[in-house]
Amino acid sequence: MNMTRKNSIRKPMRAEKKEALTAMVFIAPWVVGFLVFTLYPILSSLYYSMTNYNVLNPPSFIGFENYINLLKDKVYLKSLTNTLYMIVIGGTITIIVSLIVSIIMDNRKLRGISLFRVFFFMPTLVPTVIACVLWIWMLQPTTGVVNTLLGYLGITGPGWIASPTWSKPAMILMMIWACGNIIIVNMAGLQDIPQSMYESASIDGANFFQKVRTITIPLLRPVILYNSVTLIINILQWFAEPLIMTEGGPDSSTLFYSLYLYQNAFQFFKMGYASAMAWIMLIIALALIIFLLKFLKFGESE
Amino acid sequence: MRGVAKLHRKMKRSKLAGNIETAILYLILIAVSILFVIPFLWLLFGSFKEGSELFRAPFRWLPDRIQFDNYKQMFTAIPFLKYLKNTLIIVFFNIVGSTVSSSFVAYGFARLHWPLRNKIFMIVLATMVLPFQVTMIPLFIMYTNWGWIGTFLPLTVTCFFGNPFFIFLFRQFFVGLPKELTYAARVDGANEFRIYSTIIMPLAKPCITTVAIFAFMRTWNDFIGPLVFLADDDLYTLSLAAQLLRSNLDPRWHILLALGVVMVMPVLIVFFLMQKYFIQGVAMSGIKE
Repeated sequence: MNMTRKNSIRKPMRAEKKEALTAMVFIAPWVVGFLVFTLYPILSSLYYSMTNYNVLNPPSFIGFENYINLLKDKVYLKSLTNTLYMIVIGGTITIIVSLIVSIIMDNRKLRGISLFRVFFFMPTLVPTVIACVLWIWMLQPTTGVVNTLLGYLGITGPGWIASPTWSKPAMILMMIWACGNIIIVNMAGLQDIPQSMYESASIDGANFFQKVRTITIPLLRPVILYNSVTLIINILQWFAEPLIMTEGGPDSSTLFYSLYLYQNAFQFFKMGYASAMAWIMLIIALALIIFLLKFLKFGESE
Repeated sequence: MRGVAKLHRKMKRSKLAGNIETAILYLILIAVSILFVIPFLWLLFGSFKEGSELFRAPFRWLPDRIQFDNYKQMFTAIPFLKYLKNTLIIVFFNIVGSTVSSSFVAYGFARLHWPLRNKIFMIVLATMVLPFQVTMIPLFIMYTNWGWIGTFLPLTVTCFFGNPFFIFLFRQFFVGLPKELTYAARVDGANEFRIYSTIIMPLAKPCITTVAIFAFMRTWNDFIGPLVFLADDDLYTLSLAAQLLRSNLDPRWHILLALGVVMVMPVLIVFFLMQKYFIQGVAMSGIKE
């Protein structure tokens, strides 16, 4: 009697330990990859950010000089404000447009939604370089499609990427064009809102806009927040588009954070300086990620 | 009676209002989707236009005539087949590496219990959205020291260590499989590696398909990875070839547009055939479990 009881207690404990050890083997590839390709680079980047390093000569330690110089660097501050412009104006417009489209598509009375969904998702499939080539032509002042369409409406379109004032709005157009992912995530969230809530609101005489304001937006808030944070992180990485389309011009109007970082690293070979930029970016991104994980309790339950 | 008549009138009016509302919603959707599709049509039409036709004002939608010279010139303007082969090599390793390693790691997070599991999984999720620029420079320096720059290794080896997004997708799928499925096998004394490879993986075909599609798409479309790590133009991918053509002093736009169609087509075809998996994968990325 006693023996069996003892065994039944000890056995699960041994099994537990064995299971944990087996799990370590399963996650080992990720652990190795994380240490070698993520954690070590992040930490060594902190060291590089405090050095003067041009790849050819060994890095020389200079303390916080790179960070201090960044604050004095007018071009850096310009890249920061340009990126902020894209986040505040471009991000807001993109989130609103994708919300409008998703809310319309969630209407159960409409048919053929899957076809519209295909149309909205297609642009996200286009390779970045090709999307850029496409939009260089779409945005041509005289022979471009955008200004041709505006011309049909009697509007004379601006010079878009050739103009310092219109180059950022031009890139916002591209950003909106590629918002299919956000629409899909929105629609998955909208499907979780029980239809009965809308029905009872209708009986109370609520119109479309009242329903959106009092039911859809509040219940969709976590999804909107998730989309906003990932969009901000994407804009921080906005790089290929300005590199291919404008090389940061005209007049540095499309010189964004990641592009300036890339230029410092691989065109001016100021690796230490670029690493300092990367670390500031990491802190911004980490703050956003932690906010997201805390707020949404992402991944906490089973 | 009067009340009923009033209600009837009210219903009739709301039905009419409903129809108008539906019509307006359709109009908005159609207008927006036309704007979203126009660039595709422009690309397709443009790929048939001659170089001089592109610059001609006023703008015309359709090409003067359908001709395939741009596509033919693509093979001579750049070593197209070589770049296609390079791209496919990287795509192949990414599909194999990502599906095998990410499902393996995900099994440890989904079907086994161990302390700190959820905390560690938070780190996986956090790295999912970590900007590439943060690790780009130290990785470049590290790969330079290892002699990896100018080889495919930076773009192929890393995918064998599990990709955070794919680990997440597999984990969500594995968590959803019933416990009873593996219980019997465990009682029979099968070890976890056997259960993973003979019971779980055969059931995971939909998830494997989703991950394979995403791995294909990400690698096929990737620009910054090859740009930073493939210093040797013998190893260039199609994306880099496009950028090479674009950054010429005299970009041959008409060839570039043909290359654009060739690069967009495979992705669109895979998308149309496998739409369900695409949409599921994207929708899941936003679901907080």
